[in-house]
Formats: sequence, structure tokens, C-alpha cells
Amino acid sequence: MGGYSLTELGSIFVMQGFSGLSLFCVFLLMALGLAIIFGQMGVINMAHGEFLTMGAYSTYFLSSLADSKFPGFLNYYFPFAILLGFVVAFIMGYLLELVMIRHLYKRPLDTLLATWGVSLVFQQVFRSAFGAREVSATLPPWLLGSVKPTETIDIPLNGLFMMGLTLCLTLLTFLYLFRSRWGLRVRATTLNRVMSGSVGINTKKVDRLTFALGCGIAGVAGAVFTTIASTGPTTGSLYIVDTFLVVVFGGAASLLGTIASAFSIAQAQSIMEFFMTSSMAKVFTLLGVIAVLMARPEGLFSTRVRK
Amino acid sequence: MTMRMTDHVNGLGMSVAGRIRKAIPAAILLGAAVAAHAAEKLPTAKVMTTGLAVTDDEVTVGILHSLTGTMAISETGSVEAEKLAIAQINEMGGVLGRKIKFIVEDGASDWPTFAEKARKLLVQDKVAAVMGCWTSASRKAVLPVFEKENGMLYYPTFYEGLEQSKNVIYTGQEATQQILAGLDWIAKEKGAKTFYLVGSDYIWPRTSMKIARKHIENVLKGKVVAEEFAPLGHTQFGSLINKIKLKKPDVVFAAVVGGSNVSWFKQLKAAGITADKQTLLTISVTEDEVLGIGGENLVGFYSSMKYFQSLDNPNNKAFVPAFKKMWGEKSVIGDVTQAAYLGPWLWKATVEKAGSFDVDKIAAASPGIELKTAPEGYVKIHPNHHLWSKLRIGQWLADGQAKVVYESGLIEPDPFPKGYQ
Repeated sequence: MGGYSLTELGSIFVMQGFSGLSLFCVFLLMALGLAIIFGQMGVINMAHGEFLTMGAYSTYFLSSLADSKFPGFLNYYFPFAILLGFVVAFIMGYLLELVMIRHLYKRPLDTLLATWGVSLVFQQVFRSAFGAREVSATLPPWLLGSVKPTETIDIPLNGLFMMGLTLCLTLLTFLYLFRSRWGLRVRATTLNRVMSGSVGINTKKVDRLTFALGCGIAGVAGAVFTTIASTGPTTGSLYIVDTFLVVVFGGAASLLGTIASAFSIAQAQSIMEFFMTSSMAKVFTLLGVIAVLMARPEGLFSTRVRK
Repeated sequence: MTMRMTDHVNGLGMSVAGRIRKAIPAAILLGAAVAAHAAEKLPTAKVMTTGLAVTDDEVTVGILHSLTGTMAISETGSVEAEKLAIAQINEMGGVLGRKIKFIVEDGASDWPTFAEKARKLLVQDKVAAVMGCWTSASRKAVLPVFEKENGMLYYPTFYEGLEQSKNVIYTGQEATQQILAGLDWIAKEKGAKTFYLVGSDYIWPRTSMKIARKHIENVLKGKVVAEEFAPLGHTQFGSLINKIKLKKPDVVFAAVVGGSNVSWFKQLKAAGITADKQTLLTISVTEDEVLGIGGENLVGFYSSMKYFQSLDNPNNKAFVPAFKKMWGEKSVIGDVTQAAYLGPWLWKATVEKAGSFDVDKIAAASPGIELKTAPEGYVKIHPNHHLWSKLRIGQWLADGQAKVVYESGLIEPDPFPKGYQ
């Protein structure tokens, strides 16, 4: 094998597997919020990326605050940044639903246009507030560098952190949707809105909280992404295409489908990237997605919903 | 009623005209004094014969950059530098005794918008020159407009070359000026034989890597072990980094741009590829980019540029504080920002040599124009409308500044390099 020793190839294999897994986490984090909003509620939220950006800017805000005012806090701010990202995006999502989205539930195509407009407004607000240049949060030292289980293997710490967080967030989302009273109401509303209303579920309240929750999760994703990328006013638009791709490919209404789809797209992309250029890997991934969607228009997993 | 109002208005007009008439002798005296003092103020009819926006006291130029959209990140610095240069020129008395007035237009990171705004500046505003554009795409979009309407563009960005126009002065480096001397240095200094080329997937990195490959293979007798391009906006470099680890090149030569650049360096560091284990030379990182990437992720890597903020010469020591005074203590100055600063100064020197604002005369007078006050040192316009300039290698420090470790002699611009196509 081209003059490489077996240990070397083994290490590369491990690191390559890890980079596939961390890409999977990125995709899943991005898509989780949208899976709830688009999958459960059917709202095409083009401003989803901007909620992500909100989380990222919250992190940047806290890090620069810690940097300039409380240097001792720099080690510990990150968990608070994640919390702040969630709260900010949750509140903005709540307000957006209240002001705009709820008037558009019966007109999905109009939501597409309206939320796209909202995303442009948000981008300009970010630009006015934080400037046009991209910024980077100062990361706490424990997120930098890598662990070395053997001499030739480097596992990035931020990747490990992201994996742990993705696992927690996914579990929480599952527990919320399938093991809590609220989740029951969300699922009931998705399945049959009129019937849910008649058995006493406040469907309007369910909608508002579900939407806000989806946005809040996007905020968390944004906060975590500051460990791998920079933040600019248009960062959100970088992620939005991949996000929709993952959700649609997985089968819009299925959370399990989103996970399976994030996993397969990430692994396909990551493995092919190793053997060809990133651009070509992307081409083949997209071709694969198209082929699967032609055979299964509903996506990988589809739940039957009574219309 | 209507009559009376008109009368009243006329009356007012008369009185204003009267006042002006009374003031005229004073103005003439003052003007004469100024002219005698400057000894070079020529009548407008003499210095401008093509209907440009030039009056006895003012000349209008355009500033055309992206103030919004994805490119605003990069272009903001150029706008700031151009405004500073214009303010300084005005303080010194302007150009041919005329103060520079500027009109700022927003290209909005959208290439057709750039063309439209360029047409507006040239046709409607009749500006004498335009400082502007950043990406090659925007320059390619406005080029036909400048050639048709016969305008003058001062373009600040280092770019891929393969272009030359009567209507453009390129104040940044073309590809060979940035790449060849840098590769020579790293091959000699580090004894590098194998190179891994990484770039974003569009025209500038592709052309640059083509030139780099030819130079490595034909001149340095080295080997390119791989050439990779990641899509613009790519944020996941895990697989690519693993490939680099497998190939173990002597040098990684990189031209990754925009947001991708940040992910690329953050992930290199996270994967344990740091300067003590891997030599990396990039042609796409200036102080501006370091702001976003974070100095700690770049420590020890090299950039190949013609200007670094830390340059130690008298011109730069005056330029950096002036820039910070105008735009804030925290602002940084990258290679392109400095090149943008040269635009107005080169134009002023050319206008004064030509004794005219007319574009044809400026284009003809440009070759040979020197600027000894440039922050990068000394520059001169070549007959091919690019600049003679030096190349520097900077090694990045944790505070986001670079230590200059190598400086070449003046390099002749060669936008159509033979043997590199």
C-alpha cells in the first residue's frame, strides 16, 4: 500500500471515521431544529440559518465580554454561551411566530417568501450590530487542540465536545417529543389539528412553543459551530441548503429519518472526499440524494399523516 | 396671488444674485492669491476637455465597493483606505488645486450591480476616476463598462493576472509577483521538495495553483503530491486534513478564501497540524483574515504578501497611526487595504504629470509614475499598468501581526507569464 505502514493506515482510518462522525454531528445539529419546524409543523422556515447565526453571535458576544471585562471567566463561559444562544433564538422565534408565522399556516408558499424576507432583515441587523467583517469567538483552552490516544492519531477536542452535545440534544429532543405531555400534544396537533383542538389542546400555544423550540435548538447549533468556523452576517445562508437537504432526504416528518439522513450524507461526503476532491464528492453526494428521492419521494423514512 | 408669490421669489433671487455679485471681487482676489500661492492652478478648460466632473475648485471621483453582502467583510478595509488617502490629499491642497469630492456606490457583492453602478458613476456622475472592485468577478463585470465609457479604474486586489487594460491600473500584485518569489524562498530556506496545493474552487486559486505547479515542477524541480480545491464556503476540512497527514508534504501551499479560511485553520490546529510539525505557506491570509481566524490558530505559518502592517519603514510608521486615528485603534491593515490606499495617490501623481484629468492622457502618462511615499516602500507603474513591487514573507504571531522574515527586490509585473499557461 504505497509505502505506508499498517499503523499509519490504521490511524488514518480512525481519524477518517472520526471526521465522518463529526460531520454527521454538524448535519444533525443543523437539521434538528428544522426537523421540528418543517417536519412537525410544515413551516418552510428560510430564516432558520439566521437563528443559527444568532446563537453564534451570542457566543461571540459572551466571549468578547469575558475577554475584555472578566478574563477569569474565559475558561467557563462556553456552557453559558450555549444557554444564551438557546434563550436568544427561542425568544426571537417565539416573537416571529406571534407576529408573522401564525398568520401564514394555511399558505406554505407564502411562508417561504416571508421567512426569506425575514432572513434578509436579520442579516442586515447582524451587519449593523456586529459589522460586516467575520468574527471569531475566543475559545476556552479546553476546546483547543487534540487528544492523542496513540502517537499517530489526533482526535480534535472540539469534535469530541460537539459529539457529546449532539448526543445530549438529540436525546432531550426525543424525550420531549415522545415521553412528555408537551410532546404528546405536539404529535397530536401534527396528526390531526381539528381533533386535537376539540379534545382541549391549545393548538395555537403548541405551535408557538414548537416553533420557538426549533429556533432555540438552531441557536445551540450556532453556538457550537463557533468552535469550527467563523461568524459573519451571512453565515446562516451557508448552512441553510444542507439543512433542508438533510431534512427532506430523511423524510420530513420523521426525526429518526433526519438522523439516518444526516448520517448517510455525512459518511458519503466524508469518505468520498478522501478519495476525490471536495467539489466532486459534493456532486456525487447530491446525485445520490437525487436518485434516492426519485425512488422514494417521501424521503428515507416517511410517517403516514392523515391529511 | 400667484403673481405676487412669483414676484416675491424673483425678488429673493435678485437679492441673492446681488449678494453674490458683491462677493465676486473678493472671491477673485482670494482665488488669485491661492493660485499665486499654489502656482499650478490651471483653468478647468485646460485640464479637462472631455466633460468630466471637474470644476475650478473640485474634482469628483467614485468609490465602488461592496458595502453589503458577503464581500463587505473584505472590501470595508479598502473603502477606509481610499477615504483616508483622499482626505490626506485634500489636506495637502488637492489635485491640480482642486479638492477631491467622492461618491460612494455599493456593488452589494453582486457582479451585475457592480456593472450598473460603474455605468452610473461614469455616465451620470462623470467621475474623473474610480477606486474600486475587489473580486476578479466584479472587475470582469465592470471592465467592458470602463472600456466603452473610457473611465479609469484603480483596482487594489492581488489577482490571477492574464488581464491588461488601458482603463485599469492594478495596484495589487498579479499572480507571479506573489507566488514565484515565495516558493523560491521556501524551497531554499526549508529545503522543500514536495508540495501539497490547497485552494478554494474558483478562478484565482485555480490560476495561482497552475502557476505554482509549473514553477515547482520546472524551476524548483520539486514534486506536487496533490492539488485540491474545496467549494467556496466549505467548512469541513477533516478528510482533506487526513489526506495531508498521509502524504506528509514538506510544504502545504494554500489559497483558501472567505469563511472557509477560518474553518481550514481552526481544523488544522485541532487536528494537531501546527507550525512545529508542518510548514505552511499561504497567499490568502492578511491581517484582515487573521481577525476572523484568530492569531493563535496561525502561529508560525507563513504568508506571502507585498505588505504587512508591521513593516518597518518611515512611510508605514506614518500610515498606520493615521489609519488608526481615522478608523479606530482596533482596526487592522491588510495587504489589499494598503494597495487600495495607493490608488488615489497614484492617480494624483499621474494627473499632475499629465497636467490633465482626461482619461486618455492619464492612461498615457501612467507608465513610469513613481510613489516614494507608499507604505509598502517604493512602487512604480509598469507600461502594462501593473506595479513594480517587492514580495515579503511574514510569519504569523499570536497577536495577529506578522514578523517579516524575507523581503525580495523589486519584482517586475508579468500578467501574461510565458511558460506558465
